[in-house]
Amino acid sequence: MSDGKPTQAPGTPPAGMAIPGNRTMPKEDRLTPPVWEGGRAAPPNGDFRMIGKRNRKVEGLAKVTGRAVYADDLVLPRMLHAKLLRSIHAHARIVSIDASAALALPGVHAVVTGADMPTHFGIIPWTEDEQALCTDKVRYVGDAIAAVAADDERTCEEALKLVRVEYEPLPAVTDIETALAHPEWQVNEKAGEGNISKHVRLEFGDVDGALAASDHVVEGDYWYEGSTHAPLEPHCCVAEFDSTGFLTVWSSTQVAHYLHRDLAKVLNLPTQRVRVIQPVVGGGFGGKSEPFSLEFAAAKLSMVTGRPVKILYTREEVFYAHRGRHPMRLRYRTGMTADGAITGTDALVQLDGGAYSSFGLVTTYYSGQLLTAPYALPAYRFDSTRVFTNKPACGPKRGHGSVQPRFAFECQLDKLCEKAGLDPIEVRRRNFIGERTKTVNGMRVTSNGFLECLDAVERESGWAAKFRRMPYGRGIGVAGSMYISGTNYCIYPNEMPQSAVQLRLDRSGRATVMSGCSDIGQGVESVLAYIVCEELGLDLRDVRVVAADTDLTPVDLGAYSSRETFMVGNACLDAARHLRLKIAQTLAERWGVAAGEIVLANGVACASSDPGRFAISVKEAFQWAEARHGTLGSVGWYQSPKLGGEYRGGTIGASPAYSFTAHVAEVECDPETGFVAVKHIWVAHDCGRALNPVTVEGQMEGSAYMGFGEALLETQRYKDAAPGHAFGLHHGPSLLDYRMPTSLDTPELHALIVESVDPEGPYGAKEAGEGPLHPSIPAIANAIHDALGVRCDALPFDPPSVMRLLRAGEARANWERARAQVGGPR
Amino acid sequence: MDAAALVPCTMQVNGDARTCAITPATTLLEALRYTLGLTGSKQGCDKGDCGACTVLVDGVPTLSCLTLALACDGRAVTTVEGLADKGVPHPLQDAFDRTGGAQCGFCTPGMLMSAYALLQREAAPTRDEISHALSGNLCRCTGYTKILDAVELAAAELRERAK
Repeated sequence: MSDGKPTQAPGTPPAGMAIPGNRTMPKEDRLTPPVWEGGRAAPPNGDFRMIGKRNRKVEGLAKVTGRAVYADDLVLPRMLHAKLLRSIHAHARIVSIDASAALALPGVHAVVTGADMPTHFGIIPWTEDEQALCTDKVRYVGDAIAAVAADDERTCEEALKLVRVEYEPLPAVTDIETALAHPEWQVNEKAGEGNISKHVRLEFGDVDGALAASDHVVEGDYWYEGSTHAPLEPHCCVAEFDSTGFLTVWSSTQVAHYLHRDLAKVLNLPTQRVRVIQPVVGGGFGGKSEPFSLEFAAAKLSMVTGRPVKILYTREEVFYAHRGRHPMRLRYRTGMTADGAITGTDALVQLDGGAYSSFGLVTTYYSGQLLTAPYALPAYRFDSTRVFTNKPACGPKRGHGSVQPRFAFECQLDKLCEKAGLDPIEVRRRNFIGERTKTVNGMRVTSNGFLECLDAVERESGWAAKFRRMPYGRGIGVAGSMYISGTNYCIYPNEMPQSAVQLRLDRSGRATVMSGCSDIGQGVESVLAYIVCEELGLDLRDVRVVAADTDLTPVDLGAYSSRETFMVGNACLDAARHLRLKIAQTLAERWGVAAGEIVLANGVACASSDPGRFAISVKEAFQWAEARHGTLGSVGWYQSPKLGGEYRGGTIGASPAYSFTAHVAEVECDPETGFVAVKHIWVAHDCGRALNPVTVEGQMEGSAYMGFGEALLETQRYKDAAPGHAFGLHHGPSLLDYRMPTSLDTPELHALIVESVDPEGPYGAKEAGEGPLHPSIPAIANAIHDALGVRCDALPFDPPSVMRLLRAGEARANWERARAQVGGPR
Repeated sequence: MDAAALVPCTMQVNGDARTCAITPATTLLEALRYTLGLTGSKQGCDKGDCGACTVLVDGVPTLSCLTLALACDGRAVTTVEGLADKGVPHPLQDAFDRTGGAQCGFCTPGMLMSAYALLQREAAPTRDEISHALSGNLCRCTGYTKILDAVELAAAELRERAK
């Protein structure tokens, strides 16, 4: 899709495309969730017993004792192992594939190629441009071509060497400029024209007029280097196609539902005969939110051989699977009045998408749409273009699409503050958009605790005594951000709930929660358990959570866009309250009291008016209710309200609730070497309500750490200069070369929880998993400026880059000038 | 030696004498996970970069993915499954659970073994010493904060018990 051509946004299926669901269903027929007395934020028993307490996680002890079962821990009888053959060229036509020698190797059971499953798939229904294994062309070094199943992995490796692939190399592009300059070197034939993956241009208000009328205008060019998720667990799956024609796939995915759909589609199986089970997953961060070659290949090989097949990616292959942070080139013009009010912002963004679309349609929108809070932008324009290049596809990494523009914009603000001689925290306060309001691009904002976030980081960091007051080489910087708590639409259009829970109560006193939600370490299974405990008065050990098994659990769309706590949490609250009501009514009838008097807490069910007389165990209450109502079960679901702006793409970026974050980073820099040591990051995050402060802090610290790693150390780069087959090769696909921060590198992280209690979140909760990453990078960049007087506008801020800046400009003079403002307008 | 031929290897694994038939090229991690069924130790990189496979060999933290199983013949190997005492989690394991030291849990077994070895040699480590002891174990979820908290908590708990 490209300039000048009609583009399709989610919500409007392309003509002639068979998509389940029906967008024309009358609105009044749509489901609306029940309204509970006291609202979703209120505790059911007067005060909270479980919510807000520092609790363990439901699967915690299994993880620390080595009993948690991950995909690679599964071994099935007669199981084969398989491996993928990957391209050595960045761009080439596949002339022929000859696997006969590989098949002849003892121990080899089967070889499959793209021709065995040529159907295209893709996470976004409008950009289905991937194949399980390439049929005609390879598009990056590492693109998968064939798969071999054998008795063990070593035999697979031997067999892969025997597969002969004849290539016809094609000109390859590995950067944005070349991709745009050479449309004839087309990477992906699904592009509308040339190498344009997606183009979006949206304007709100009179940007040019606003900038012309500004007292200060800053123009800046920024480069955001790509990075990858690098979860500790490599992708792994086991597939078993049984003799009844039923396929079961255990996979380290974070989107079991989408994998289920795409497996059925590509393998041409009825969806009801495909089962996807997500075992315990060793981290995702967005890197496991699409189907990958391994799942299709393992399934196909199992269908061919009649035996279970396991594929475990090597660490090198995880770097090729990628779907990480898009490299972005960003140009910003931002205006401000003399007293610090933002007037207008003009953004020109180019995204390096890699070889496939992935979530790219959404990424391109997000690169502009998610900038419109926490500050009021009276006028805003963005023009974003995603291009295809011959590299592994970029996709959604924690803070999908909005981390890069946030970096640029928060640096812009810092420069404007310097120009205007204003304190950067004060200016952020002055531009606060407020709560219960609407952004310039039509996004509804409900709760907003951003001011409290700013207060918290200012206070805890000792900002007033440090900013512009520390000796040369030491500095402090601030940045803010917002993020979504799930999106208001499903990836494929339909009218069904985005999230659902089934809850079952047993006369033994146990509750079982079943949901398709995906726990990737963030703790959503525990969130469900906490909610059930809170509503029904149970002990955490008496709740079982069954999650992400498409045979057993109702659909939840999965762990992406920070949707789980908000959406599946609401679904669970709904299910639990239905059962709570039944129990309360039963007890009220027996005791002759009002149902509103019934309290279920700490394992006891009682009437608040006379707990000495009317009290039984919760287990007994379940039995009374079962005797009165029959077997106890309920369903709960969540569907977000209709949200977003009234324009094409206006729903992308719309969320039922936004989280807000502020960071202050403190750095110590060595002017002799350019080495930057980040000493502290204070991260304050408005999560609505912390259902468990331990896990919320964990998300905040993990986010700040990951942002810090991107800012200083991590790069997903490829060889671009060398001729021959090394062209487009990853520069170091290992955890040694890809420099993830160790415990010694990581700054002291100070998590400061802010609770704004959202009116629509479960008990008021909003997201905490992705938002807290955003300000890390600009806060560090702004701190480096305070320390050295240089502006780090390109990632990473490594010693060579900082040295170049120190040598190029008059760093010391800039630093002196900035510091002279202290005591002035501050 | 025939690379494909199976040879016997006997190790004291978590206190039990275990004999397995392996090829000379089998790593300790492979023998533990796929031959002995002790899948607690994890493979994150298979080349010694991440530390998820860390086990103790004669009490010393060792990358089991870079160690041949045969090199451990006759030696004592302790894995995460061997930390609990008759089903009761070790104070380190309990502390990781209480403080949120395990998010996805994939680095946790290796992290625990490195921490265990540290507490064996130093009952009251400083936060800095803990950081150094765990610097060979990558974690992608926590930012290390809660892991360091967990080790401090467990150390205090163990000191209290020793009184």
